[in-house]
Amino acid sequence: MSVYTQGVIALMGVNILMALSVYAIVMADQVSLGNAGFMAIGAYTSAYLSVKLGIPIFPALLIGALAASFIGLLIGVPLLRLSGLYFVMGTFGFGEVVRTFFMVFEPTGGAYGFRGPVGATLPMIYGWVLVLIVLFWLLSRSRLGRSLDALRDDAEVASSIGLNVTLLKLGVFWLGSFTAGIAGGLYAHYMFYIESGNFHILVSAIAILCVILGGMYTFWGALLGGVIFSILPEVLRFMGGWRLSVYGSVLVLMMIFRPSGIISRQMVRNTGEWVGGIFRKASS
Amino acid sequence: MLEIAHISKDFGGLKALKEITFHVKEKQIYGLIGPNGAGKTTLFNLITGFLPATHGSIQFLGNELTGLKAHKIAKLGIARTFQNIRLFGTMTVKENILVAQNIRARSGVTSLVQFFSSKERELQEKADDLLKRMGLWEKRKEQSLSLAYGEQRRLEIARALALEPRLLLLDEPAAGMNEAETEDLLGRISEIRNTGKAVFLIEHDMNVVMGICDYISVLNFGELIAEGTPDEIQASEAVIEAYLGREEE
Repeated sequence: MSVYTQGVIALMGVNILMALSVYAIVMADQVSLGNAGFMAIGAYTSAYLSVKLGIPIFPALLIGALAASFIGLLIGVPLLRLSGLYFVMGTFGFGEVVRTFFMVFEPTGGAYGFRGPVGATLPMIYGWVLVLIVLFWLLSRSRLGRSLDALRDDAEVASSIGLNVTLLKLGVFWLGSFTAGIAGGLYAHYMFYIESGNFHILVSAIAILCVILGGMYTFWGALLGGVIFSILPEVLRFMGGWRLSVYGSVLVLMMIFRPSGIISRQMVRNTGEWVGGIFRKASS
Repeated sequence: MLEIAHISKDFGGLKALKEITFHVKEKQIYGLIGPNGAGKTTLFNLITGFLPATHGSIQFLGNELTGLKAHKIAKLGIARTFQNIRLFGTMTVKENILVAQNIRARSGVTSLVQFFSSKERELQEKADDLLKRMGLWEKRKEQSLSLAYGEQRRLEIARALALEPRLLLLDEPAAGMNEAETEDLLGRISEIRNTGKAVFLIEHDMNVVMGICDYISVLNFGELIAEGTPDEIQASEAVIEAYLGREEE
């Protein structure tokens, strides 16, 4: 495999994780435009730990993600009181604060960026992708997952059946910021070098687009969206300068013809029954 | 079991409820009637923690409800339905029931790795029983919003019952139903009372409540204008006046 292909596949893993981090928060009916901020915290924290303190990559990643999710909880308490556009604006503000913080924060290189983290391999990146997909899959079939569906359908009614809406929202915000933190750590240790510009608002925006394109109501949608947004720019590369226009047009057409995203709950349910049928046939 | 004392609610300058006081007793079917806009739903919203009271007290089994969050009140044993039916639209009929069991189940992070516990099997059976009792068993796999109107009402009541409440609040349960459906519904409400629960229902159509309520209060422009047994209410001049207007001398 060429280094170029490897690079595309590695970044696809990071993109999938970022899309999942957005999906986590979408489960509570909130759209976060600040996940690049959590990604940055995970990236800089884990990079600092492994480069300056010589901590092995696995604990460094984990501590980075825990730091990101701790900050997630801290800002989640005030932010989750907001809803709709106000929440989007709040998280956008948070993302920009983090990015500009790392632009001037000298211990992690400031505007020069931070050099040196190494050791993320493709199997490691996709190991994390697999772990998180299993987690989201378990969640989607659990009672906790159903509580989240209730919150998303009608938060007021959810509270009337005894669900602690605030706690649920905070929980998925934790999960989302943790996932973005992992994505950041893996990104840093794969690229060997990070700078604040890597965690631009556009990174958050593309992660949201992955979820919208892939399907807002199942984590499979985030997965598919992450894959598409990683491969499409490469496939369209032969178009040269026209690439980005075509890229944008595909999105516009998609929103017109299938605004709810590619994968729906019903598709997941039908596929599940189909696969189950095959297994039953095979065993009888 | 439910003691409402001197409850008032102001919306800006509008006094939606003025000094309301009454009690709902165990295993009682209590009716709150009044013309549209009298403040009935507002009172439900105060009891269930959807709105804060301006002043006054609401006690349920000795617990003060004012100031509590909605989910805590549900846990104390009060379940409700809504005037405009509010089902969980992305869920199937049975899922609407299952999610309402979550306060009685292990529904935290541990539920991710818990598929075959005996407790879970018991809850599934309870959900099936409830669906059968409410005549929704055949429809259990359908999307909740694809049900007919009357079935949606029944599902909403079933969802409230899945909480295993001590007190059930029904907000105009017969609204939009034809006579046969209303008759069927009233039968079900009596059955619910026979399982030991109290039922507190709101209705603007007097004829619906006269048959099944043990006790009735009448609300008009935010004030209680009468209370008593159905017979007393039917004879009350204040009530007739509120509904039909005063006769010119």
